[in-house]
Amino acid sequence: MTDLTAQQDVQAGDEVGSTIESAPQAVMSWQETVAAYDPVLGLEVHVELGTATKMFCGCPTAFGAEPNSQVCPVCLGLPGSLPVVNEIGVESAIRIGLALNCTIAPWCRFARKNYFYPDMPKNFQTSQYDEPIAFDGWLDVDLDDGTVYRVLIERAHMEEDTGKSLHVGGATGRIHGAEFSLVDYNRAGIPLIEIVTKPMTGAGERAPEIARAYVTAVRDLLRALGVSDVKMEQGSLRCDANVSLRQRTKKPEAQADVAFGTRTETKNVNSLRSVERAVRYEMTRHAAILAAGGSILQETRHWHEDTGVTTSGREKSDAEDYRYFPEPDLVPIAPTVQLVERLRTTLPEPPAARRRRLQATWGFSDLEMRDVLNAGAVELIEATVAAGGTPAGARKWWSGEIARRANVEGRELADMGVTPLDVAGLDGLVQEGRLNDSMARQVLDGVLAGEGDPRAVADARGLALVSDDGALAAAVDLVLAANPQLVDKIRAGKVQAAGALIGQVMKAMTGQADAAKVRALILDRVAQ
Amino acid sequence: MPSLSRDDVAHLAMLARIELTDAELDRMLGELSVILDAVAVVQQAPTEGIEPMSHPLPLVNVTRPDEVRPGLTAAQALSGAPEADQQRFSVPRILTDD
Repeated sequence: MTDLTAQQDVQAGDEVGSTIESAPQAVMSWQETVAAYDPVLGLEVHVELGTATKMFCGCPTAFGAEPNSQVCPVCLGLPGSLPVVNEIGVESAIRIGLALNCTIAPWCRFARKNYFYPDMPKNFQTSQYDEPIAFDGWLDVDLDDGTVYRVLIERAHMEEDTGKSLHVGGATGRIHGAEFSLVDYNRAGIPLIEIVTKPMTGAGERAPEIARAYVTAVRDLLRALGVSDVKMEQGSLRCDANVSLRQRTKKPEAQADVAFGTRTETKNVNSLRSVERAVRYEMTRHAAILAAGGSILQETRHWHEDTGVTTSGREKSDAEDYRYFPEPDLVPIAPTVQLVERLRTTLPEPPAARRRRLQATWGFSDLEMRDVLNAGAVELIEATVAAGGTPAGARKWWSGEIARRANVEGRELADMGVTPLDVAGLDGLVQEGRLNDSMARQVLDGVLAGEGDPRAVADARGLALVSDDGALAAAVDLVLAANPQLVDKIRAGKVQAAGALIGQVMKAMTGQADAAKVRALILDRVAQ
Repeated sequence: MPSLSRDDVAHLAMLARIELTDAELDRMLGELSVILDAVAVVQQAPTEGIEPMSHPLPLVNVTRPDEVRPGLTAAQALSGAPEADQQRFSVPRILTDD
């Protein structure tokens, strides 16, 4: 049962599990948590493939369609209907497996995962169990400080997404009081690949950062493969974070001998920031329970983006409760060596190698490139440069001003409402000498406010540097005449004294002057 | 043969969402045990060296191209639903066990 309560299904104010835990749970401070305990992570990433049709039937997969308008007898589980596997679904799964350095199974089957829950009308989900199409891989994840953490991949398997449930009614309006659940099966049957890591150890206090970096790396890889639109906010990329703690040993080399603690699985983690925050929160919550002598209940927990906490969901079913068995309606998948090798030739440049190439092409320093990566701006800069922007200008905007605003608003860079074409336009206006930085920021305000493209905003707001050299020279002369002592200082070699004069000229020009030009004019005049 | 316990039957009933009275549980325990014993005969078949089979046909890789095919309209899809609301299937409340 994946994704019982994807965020968009839950009505505002719903608190999943709130009848179980009415009060926020105690947490330990971060410093104490990492001093006393060693975290072990396990991440499950579900990605919806961007195929035209569902995994086992020819229904379309468009997001946001009218409820139950993209369904057929197969995905509704009507009697007598038979599934047929989507060719591109299998090829995408193999490509993902290859990109994750996995072994591709020469022969594997689908399996029925049986459960009673109305999000699948068949009463089972077609998945893979002990024969995943890809297994035993790895992915190197670049961290902020330039080090690399290798995540070992347990498996990547094919399955289908579930329908979406809307919970209505009930006295409290909360899910647990809901009287009805309304189900839309448009999503039921959309191809899903589940990527499961092996237990991630040795992360220590960097566990939250590593979790985020891993999901980011998977997202970048999937995007480069072109297999999905990987939009976390629309649920086409979802992450479940398994977290457990074990006592931290005095000697680091002894840590591996300590058995894993009981884990919890946190669902509803729908943004990269949430991955980091949810792991961090669960670690501090576990630590508080363990330190008080309690034990962790193995359960599913739900992440709440707004409050930054998790609450209890259902207790985790044992795998045997799903009564997996080989799917009798589908024949085995046996990828030939020729197919696998042909698909291998379609793999894109690995994102890490690509980043190194782009850094060299753009001429960014390591520090600049790190800022760009931290801001998640590589693709945006690439698109901005493709749209005619300069690399330096694109970097300055995306990993500077726009990243700062995104951070303040808690949003992803790509969702800020400004496009690479806008930024290229903004950069062009600066490059051609029409705008200075502060004016360009005002133009950005206008673009974000929906006033049009950068040139239109600059025109509408009357933003342009004074190009009349005569007016500028007059303002410079006035300021020089009013500050003879500063002029003397500059003449004596204290060039930094020009700063105060530039400020006064800029003020006199109400900001509509090019500071570099003012500086040149001042130094030129003083030297005469 | 290890026989079925009463707890096993109660657990299966829970998974199948079937409510059983104590008397029914006892009766099902007896009946299911008889069925299991009867089926257990196949365990005696010599299977050494024989690959388990899940499909009778020697076929693999039956796929279809990724092309949209006409399906049902929402009205058709909902026509067999006992209850519908907001163009969705309406089902009894869920998550009560969670």
